Amino acid sequence: MSNPTNIQGNAAAAAGAIAAGCRFYAGYPITPSSEIAEQMAARLPKAGGTFIQMEDELGSMAATVGASLGGVKAMTATSGPGFSLKQENLGYAAMTETPCVIVNVMRGGPSTGLPTRPAQADIMQARWGTHGDHPIIVLAPHTVREIYEETIRAFNLAEALRTPVVVLYDETIGHLVETVTLKEPEEIITRKWAEGPREDYLPYAAGADMIPAFPRPGDGYRTHTTGLTHDERGFPTQDPEKVAAFMERLLGKLETHRDLIEKNELVETDGADVLIVAIGTPARAAKSAIRELRDEGIRAGLFRPVTLWPFPEEALKAAAKGKRAVLVPEMNAGQMILEVERVLAGEAPVTGLNVFNGEPITPAQIAAAVKELAK
Amino acid sequence: MNEITVTSADAFDIRDWLRLDLMPHFMCPGCGHGIALRALLWACHELGIKKDKLAIVSGIGCSGRTGAYIDANTFHTTHGRPLAFATGLKLARPDLTVIVISGDGDSLAIGGNHMIHACRRNLDMTLMLLNNEVYGMTGGQVSPTTSAERFTTTTPAGNVEPVFDACKLAEGAGATFAGREATLQTPALKDLLKAAISHKGFSVAEVISDCTEIFGRKNAMGNSAEMVLRQKHAMIPERSPDDRVPEPFKPNPFPTGVFVDQQRPEYGELYDQVRKRARERSK
Repeated sequence: MSNPTNIQGNAAAAAGAIAAGCRFYAGYPITPSSEIAEQMAARLPKAGGTFIQMEDELGSMAATVGASLGGVKAMTATSGPGFSLKQENLGYAAMTETPCVIVNVMRGGPSTGLPTRPAQADIMQARWGTHGDHPIIVLAPHTVREIYEETIRAFNLAEALRTPVVVLYDETIGHLVETVTLKEPEEIITRKWAEGPREDYLPYAAGADMIPAFPRPGDGYRTHTTGLTHDERGFPTQDPEKVAAFMERLLGKLETHRDLIEKNELVETDGADVLIVAIGTPARAAKSAIRELRDEGIRAGLFRPVTLWPFPEEALKAAAKGKRAVLVPEMNAGQMILEVERVLAGEAPVTGLNVFNGEPITPAQIAAAVKELAK
Repeated sequence: MNEITVTSADAFDIRDWLRLDLMPHFMCPGCGHGIALRALLWACHELGIKKDKLAIVSGIGCSGRTGAYIDANTFHTTHGRPLAFATGLKLARPDLTVIVISGDGDSLAIGGNHMIHACRRNLDMTLMLLNNEVYGMTGGQVSPTTSAERFTTTTPAGNVEPVFDACKLAEGAGATFAGREATLQTPALKDLLKAAISHKGFSVAEVISDCTEIFGRKNAMGNSAEMVLRQKHAMIPERSPDDRVPEPFKPNPFPTGVFVDQQRPEYGELYDQVRKRARERSK
């Protein structure tokens, strides 16, 4: 795969998954993500893997986690209403520390909303959608090439850190066709397998890296996996000390590996008066707007979290230092701005640009908002 | 004179199959699930299944907690979803023997959709459906299999909903194996489970199990021995005339035996064909 090729965003997610070693996909048809399932249905059997269209979204998430419990890299994809249904077993994956990747191609909501129109209103659901405190990683690509690369990175992070990873992008990018050179991954990470004698093995004990070794069924460890809060042996516990120790490790493991997880793009932020913080389609529009504004003598820069969750607190603080104003353009009623305001509390005034009419944010809209702030 | 030698390797000792360090178990006195568990492990023993290659997938409820006591690869999943988890696991790892332990609420209510599609799909795995007519874990609410007029915490004036027949549902949904036994007769239950696990394709083994502490107490059904004897009177052995059922138990008789046992291409094998065709096309 070295020649440039015209490929759709959703197809790039499928290509990235296969390149990362995904060999199982369970899905359920939903607009605007169905192309991912169709691509996987065609690609996976050729690669010796398995595609299955399950009876519903709940079952497709369950089957995805079930395959990963068997030791096979697994993915599912969905959109809006389906993402709501996926939350149940996404929580199970977080609790049992089972690697898996979920692509959510965002459409307008709430409820059935705007099935064929773009939105970014699942930013908070991607972080907090399933009940209970839980770790999750959310990656937010903004180009077709980046969907390919970030899907590969999603598998690497899921495997390395034993956590579900969400790849989150809006319909515009999912259905966008771009000319891309799909490079073979530089690195493919596979989870750390349990090794050594069974007597010495504790399935949920971890060293300094906070990541327990995964027991592959059939290797002789005969462990128990449960969504109940469990001790290091993997069995249910209500002992407050053990519960606290488990939760601290579960919630702390991503923070420990922030260097591996965090990824941001900075565009002309040095010397800028106004900082734009954006992901997905608004980030694309922001890049155009920055060029247009520069011609008019207005200096704006872009801070783009590629890893949206955990949120890049320190990097954003550094990028916002000395800026006159911060603009957060989003295709929702104001979600990421809550996080930006929290992180930059008092350091710079934060203004939102919110479009939730089913249309993508345009460079002209961003340029106009920046001009207001630069006055 | 013929000598019959029984070697210890052949004898079934349930302790070889249990996580003894988890004892005592959580089940109530008189609960039928322990008997079903014994029958299942006895069947696994007689079939020569290796514990390392055995995967037990369960959902939520009393049935869901039962799997944890088995010294195998055990997965206690979410409510109603064990068949969907098991579908992913079996497709990813066809080398494993996959047995799902579920209950009447788990498989026939919240997980009903997964059950009917598992029957239709015919992937090679077994569902042991522990039917005790009640949501025991949550304190005794009505379930899809609660008999008419029975009292539960959510049917304080008696149940007016009709009963779901799990085996008929399985048959209607296309299951290639469906049978029912009760905890009253463990050897027959063991044989049913053996046949179900040996069956190539999806198999349903429904187990009539008693909830003495919650359901029995609420309905004044007597102690565990009396409840088990009740099974004897309500049971209709396969192909026996209905008139052998004593009158007091006529309203809720349950036929036992194997109702469906047929061959249809197994899903995993069919998907192998999909892989073969995909590769041939891409040549």
